[in-house]
Amino acid sequence: MWGEAKAKDAQAHMKVAEPDPGTVRLVFSGRLDAVGVGKIWLPTVAAAERAHERKLELDLSAVEVCDTAGATLLAAAEAAYGKAAEVLGASSETWEFLKRVRGVLPPPGASPLVRGRKKPEEKGFARAAAAAVLGVAFLGEVATALINLHRRLRMLRPGDLLRLADTAGVQALPLTILVGFLLGVILAFQGSLPMRQFGAELFVADLVTVAVLRELGAVLAAVILAGRTGSAFAAEVGTMKINQELDALVTMGLDAATFLVLPRLIAVIIVMPAITLVLDVSALIGMLVAMRGFGFPFTAIINEALRFASVRDLLGGLFKGSCFGLAIAAIGCQSGLTVGKGPRAVGEAATRAVVGGIVAILVLDGIFALIFYQLGI
Amino acid sequence: MTNSVVVRATNLGQSFGETVIFKGVSLEVHRGEIFVILGGSGSGKSTLLRQLIGLLPPTEGEIEVLGWAIPRERTRVLSSIGVLFQSGALFGSMTLLENVMLPLEMHTDLPPSARAQLALVKLRLVGLGEAADLMPSEVSGGMAKRAAMARALALDPPLLFLDEPSAGLDPITSAELDQLILNLRRDLGLTFVVVTHELASILAIGDRCLMLDGKAHGVIAEGNPKELQAHSDHPVVRAFFHREVR
Repeated sequence: MWGEAKAKDAQAHMKVAEPDPGTVRLVFSGRLDAVGVGKIWLPTVAAAERAHERKLELDLSAVEVCDTAGATLLAAAEAAYGKAAEVLGASSETWEFLKRVRGVLPPPGASPLVRGRKKPEEKGFARAAAAAVLGVAFLGEVATALINLHRRLRMLRPGDLLRLADTAGVQALPLTILVGFLLGVILAFQGSLPMRQFGAELFVADLVTVAVLRELGAVLAAVILAGRTGSAFAAEVGTMKINQELDALVTMGLDAATFLVLPRLIAVIIVMPAITLVLDVSALIGMLVAMRGFGFPFTAIINEALRFASVRDLLGGLFKGSCFGLAIAAIGCQSGLTVGKGPRAVGEAATRAVVGGIVAILVLDGIFALIFYQLGI
Repeated sequence: MTNSVVVRATNLGQSFGETVIFKGVSLEVHRGEIFVILGGSGSGKSTLLRQLIGLLPPTEGEIEVLGWAIPRERTRVLSSIGVLFQSGALFGSMTLLENVMLPLEMHTDLPPSARAQLALVKLRLVGLGEAADLMPSEVSGGMAKRAAMARALALDPPLLFLDEPSAGLDPITSAELDQLILNLRRDLGLTFVVVTHELASILAIGDRCLMLDGKAHGVIAEGNPKELQAHSDHPVVRAFFHREVR
């Protein structure tokens, strides 16, 4: 039985003999197969290499089994020797394997491994330039889709819009509420420590309210969106591309930018202010709970929060949130549309969407900070 | 199990809940033959293959592969057989060479250079020596199938299971793959168990075949494919081999 015999003695053995001063004989025994030859591979090649000036004989009389692994070892020994060796005691089956392996390997003395081409990967500037070109092309496609939308309204399916809004918005609410509440509590605790030294602990309410409404609410809501929805868009669209669903769309006369990208952008623009608002409110509730814990009355906290913050802060935050969402959705879709091939490519697209989304949030936030400062908002 | 029988299945059955896929399936595969399991879609041929390679425990019956019982000695069987999956199932993050080197890395003590050399030999045996450094995503379906075959051959198993090897291939590439199977049998003395419904492949490579039928929940014919094509009176077998619409 094949398996039982293999299990009994899986090892191969090799001894070096010198029948006369001008001859080196490598005497093999046992099983010359993939499992067996591992231990004798390097000693065999080294012994064959040392035999360079003398005659090399490969004695296979005591070999039980020799398959392609064993034949490859013999060929490797010949390659190290530099020319064909004399093979002794080989069975007809072993000869067949050896002939087969010699047939596919370069002759002894030639380069042992002829590899295929490896496509050089684009690096550094070239990669960034290629990504920029793709980004501009994508923006162009989206702009064209928007311009032509009135003629392609049928491609914007309300069912898709609702599903996307549900995935990006409604299903994100529990996480948003949790993150917002914890943000409020943490900011209140961290803010109270330095404020307490000046007896201004109550002003923590002002600090947290303004920080959340103007800045942190929108940024954190966008980070949640980038992690959940941006990556999901990239994976979904990328998988569709790999499955040739995008090609199918094109053959049906549908435009991927209108059919896939625009609904996602619209859904995110709609839900992002809502998510931001929910996060803002949750953070303020968290702050309220923490401040109540410090012993301040409810009305005092509310009055203090409303005294400093304005509706403009809230609206500015919501507007920023929508812009962040737009960028995240666009980057997610673009990552999906430019996905490579294979399952790894989908993972890479999702990662690119999250990283790109977060970088975009910070860059846009910086730009907004500059604009709001200049406008005195 | 006699020395010439490498696969033996006795009274195999498979059910999923109330749904019976097949029952009472028995077969013997002899050393050096190409045994084809054929049948229409939903007849259970891929299920039977999954049972034979130990991926799906049968609900009834016994299996012996290379003298080891399935599923009890599944690990020993899996390390001693080669399997070519329908999709090729190459690892997308590795080059073709690395894909073939993987079993050698996992199961042998070969030094890295020897693993590479041996893997390259396998790739050249299937005609892919020059594509060794390509990624699976960079090669055609036929090349991916041949690379997967090279990976299945990495440890020189005496027995290979092929699941729909011609699926998704054009007739010429499919014929080339059939020729490769015949060459590997001739050169390496391998035994093949092939699941397919490609008539041209069945007639080109099959020494013996076993035909499953979904409605009969089991085997409806067994024998040499060309003889079945010429002489079988079974309506399903005739419909299959003569492409008749029933």
